[in-house]
Amino acid sequence: MSTDAAAVSVTGLSKRFERGDVLALDRIDLDVQPGEFVSLIGPSGCGKSTLLRIIGDLIQPSEGEVLVNGKPAHRARLDRDYGIVFQDAVLYDWRSVAKNIALPLEMAGWDRKRREARVSEMVDLVELTGFEKHHPWQLSGGMQQRVSIARALSFSPPLLLMDEPFGALDEMTRERLNNELLRIWQETLSTVVFVTHSIAESVFLSTRVVIMSSRPGQIAGLVEIDLPHPRGPETREDARFAEHITQVRRLLRQGHALDAPEEDEAPLYVAEEGL
Amino acid sequence: MSSAAVARPVVEPRREALLPALRSIGLSVLVLAVLCALWETYKWLGERFEITHPFPVNGRTMPHVYDMVGQLFEPSRRNGPLLIEVLWDAALFTAKEAAAGFLLGAAVGFAIAVVLSESRLLQRGFLPYIVASQTIPILAIAPMVVVWINPKLPDPLAGWGAVSVIAAYLTFFPVTINTLRGLQSTDPRAVELMRSYAASRREILWKLRIPASFPFVFTALKIAAPASVVGAIIGELPSSIQDGLAGAILNFNQYYITSPESLWATNIIAAILGVTFFLVVALAERLLVRRAPEHVA
Repeated sequence: MSTDAAAVSVTGLSKRFERGDVLALDRIDLDVQPGEFVSLIGPSGCGKSTLLRIIGDLIQPSEGEVLVNGKPAHRARLDRDYGIVFQDAVLYDWRSVAKNIALPLEMAGWDRKRREARVSEMVDLVELTGFEKHHPWQLSGGMQQRVSIARALSFSPPLLLMDEPFGALDEMTRERLNNELLRIWQETLSTVVFVTHSIAESVFLSTRVVIMSSRPGQIAGLVEIDLPHPRGPETREDARFAEHITQVRRLLRQGHALDAPEEDEAPLYVAEEGL
Repeated sequence: MSSAAVARPVVEPRREALLPALRSIGLSVLVLAVLCALWETYKWLGERFEITHPFPVNGRTMPHVYDMVGQLFEPSRRNGPLLIEVLWDAALFTAKEAAAGFLLGAAVGFAIAVVLSESRLLQRGFLPYIVASQTIPILAIAPMVVVWINPKLPDPLAGWGAVSVIAAYLTFFPVTINTLRGLQSTDPRAVELMRSYAASRREILWKLRIPASFPFVFTALKIAAPASVVGAIIGELPSSIQDGLAGAILNFNQYYITSPESLWATNIIAAILGVTFFLVVALAERLLVRRAPEHVA
């Protein structure tokens, strides 16, 4: 049964926050197929992070259902089906890079020898060879985020949940890590759900972009990204790349126009960096 | 490949720490010298201009610093050992009580914090009484502690075990309060990550909350260490222990009129003992807690 199950299947999902009585998510339906790279994009407060956290069983929905690989999200969490990466690396200061990456493996009960072998694989994967014994505060922000990615992937979770993982990094580091993330995604054959603020990032990385509108958070549209793989710096110069960006931006603006008129936030996505 | 480009030079924290350490020792010595100079200047001015407020300045109210230190190298009584030998023995005795009290208080304080952090209900029920425990003057509970504890003590602790318990009573409180704070200060996202690894409550406690609390714990231990010395000295009073610093302090109190320097000298030794306790904890922190530089006090 689980072989043909969607990696993520969200049906009729709503989330109401008691405090302030805010409807953060309103009847969301979304399927993610195994091996897909899906980005969630939308204005601040559209509930994209909330959706990601509900998929990860970190908070509970008010209504609706989330199935991950055919099982309830709670079961999936206990089965260690998720690797999670936040905007901040959230590394343990008191652990070296290698020990940080090994942390989930300790929970999973791997013995030391197996852990060490895996850590060295992961260090190679995120290209941090030579930094195993460093402590997090001795690394740059980009390197810390790579450790965080290595940690999330260490136990080979089938589903990688990323909440604006490169949002705090400078543009150059972000582009380099985008390239690396695509390489890792292809090497590990995992499914990725990726929350971002950046249109360019979502188009560059994804096989599909989910555009969300805010208050209440709803899905405003989907864009299939048919750019060929492997993608690299030349992808950003592809004419279709620019077309997709326009598509996403248009949907975002439509979603934004649905908002209450007193919304005085700047049109966040009109001026996009790096274009 | 690309990682090498962002790599920063590897710092060697130990060696880099040596120079600032020397500099801070030098600074402390300098400040001590300035304080002594201020004392002596005030004393000189006070005697020269006959200052009588807030107290008359003379050799009894403000002995010379060099007389206090010099007193250490005078016989403690006629044909007796030097005062510093007497005080050295007394300080060692008190240090033994204080160290046992500190360890006991730190362990109990830490354990209480862990239990309270795991249960909101217990925390709400017990925390007010833990705070209240510190409002009772230690002198008021010391006699009970002596009566309860001393009769049943095994041989190596006989006579002074109750004093350690009194010291522990002063020690546990800052440890509990700070550890509790530290255990609850864990980054909520770090807890979420642990949950995504299907970590058990106990694993979250041992692998995340407790290590994350260490900077707070050590802050508390640095407060508690000198407090345990004070606790031991106070605890000696109602226990009628003559071998510690409290005995010396009581004794020299009685002879303050004739020999004020002896009490001052005893206070210097007591202060040195407290500072030593502090430094031992600070050193342990350096060795045990590896944190970003801004997290190390």
